[in-house]
Amino acid sequence: METFIEQLPVVIGALNTGFIQTLKLFSLTLLGAFPLGLIIAFGSLSKIKAISVTTSFIIWIIRGTPLMIQLLIVYYFPGLVLHSPIWGGGESGRFLAASIAFIINYACYFSEIYRGGIQSVPVGQTEAGLVLGMTKRQIFFNVTLLQMIKRIVPPISNEIITLVKDTALARIIALQEIIWAGQAFMKGSHGISGAIWPLFFTAFYYLVFNGIVTLLLAKFERKLDYFR
Amino acid sequence: MPILEVRDLRKSFGNVEVLKGIDFTLEKGEALSVIGSSGSGKTTLLRCLNFLERPDNGKIIVNGETLLDCSDPSTLIESQIRRKRLHFGLVFQSFNLFPQYTALENVMLSPKLLAKENHLKDFDKKALKAEAEELFVNIGLADRMGNYPHQLSGGQQQRVAIARALIMHPDILCFDEPTSALDPELTGEVLKVIRKLSEHKTTMIIVTHEMEFARDVAHQVIFMDGGVICEQGDPLEVFNHPKEERTKQFLSRYSQK
Repeated sequence: METFIEQLPVVIGALNTGFIQTLKLFSLTLLGAFPLGLIIAFGSLSKIKAISVTTSFIIWIIRGTPLMIQLLIVYYFPGLVLHSPIWGGGESGRFLAASIAFIINYACYFSEIYRGGIQSVPVGQTEAGLVLGMTKRQIFFNVTLLQMIKRIVPPISNEIITLVKDTALARIIALQEIIWAGQAFMKGSHGISGAIWPLFFTAFYYLVFNGIVTLLLAKFERKLDYFR
Repeated sequence: MPILEVRDLRKSFGNVEVLKGIDFTLEKGEALSVIGSSGSGKTTLLRCLNFLERPDNGKIIVNGETLLDCSDPSTLIESQIRRKRLHFGLVFQSFNLFPQYTALENVMLSPKLLAKENHLKDFDKKALKAEAEELFVNIGLADRMGNYPHQLSGGQQQRVAIARALIMHPDILCFDEPTSALDPELTGEVLKVIRKLSEHKTTMIIVTHEMEFARDVAHQVIFMDGGVICEQGDPLEVFNHPKEERTKQFLSRYSQK
């Protein structure tokens, strides 16, 4: 018990550091995947067959393969196969590669949700805008977009909550996120070794963070309740 | 000169020819009723006039300006369609109000966007609001301007949709079965608004199944059947003394109801 009390501050400190990396990956993924997903959604809705087919093909590949494999490919392919290690070394290189892989992966999932959202807005809304002399762009930003957002909040919330936990996959390329930080105490770190409880502790971080995310998303959903 | 001239308008969807050569003219300040059974091409006609569908053949001439001539590619340029369609207004069967805006915002949105786009420095927002508010008085909804569409009844929503179309000052206001989605007790309030517009010499094309209304409010009536104009003329003539057998059959089906 005495050792536990001694070890606790050390472990918490290390986990906090790891969790900051987790949060950074989480935020950057959302920041990148939200807009990229919209571009991909427009691609798959394109009337030009070559664009829509190509986009659907990419979505199929990304959604059809494990994110873990994608992480490994993005990180190792440039260096090991192309002999041009574009990511640079160290933690910053791993973080960059992980962010790219996560953004692409989540953008593809988001794009399909966006596509469903766009298609679920009745065509009469667009036609009403057109006969009032609006441009397609004006219609999208002033009429369709908010109705689409309202419809996609629940499925996007699901993805966001999954993303919180998926960030742990970056452990596979040794990104020093919270799981990596917790696991380190098994092998030995900060003079502590053979301890598995720090790894279990990480679960609380995810649980608390997801609780906050869930509350925020529910609040946002309620904000859009003023119209139907 | 008529305000609207439609010449040999044709439109097919795949192998189905929906409009098989429509010709008519409309004078300024007149109301035209278009009647006919479902699938006769009435809605497609309105959608062609509002450039929601591109006809395969024919001409649309407004105030002497050829807006569309299918044999002249220079009238088919996509970027100009937007300006052209503002000659027309369209009130939909299903209202299509924008749910995230209040009734007042619905009416003011497109003039606001237009002003913003043109960087109008002298754009008078107060004048626009005053005009919108006056429209709400005219449609009898001055007390509901701040309501969202879902807080309004169907009849109220449709009246807002009419105000929204009017604020763009179209030369010709089109109605596509404006009361077909309404409960019978709500149709009256919408028809009353349209009737008032007619009294104020608004040029209108009204596709409707309300036969009495079509007869009373219109200066001219067109009976469409199978994509052609079967009979057209003075409402009292067409309704009371139809010449064509198909018109007689159609009208008798309605009078039995």
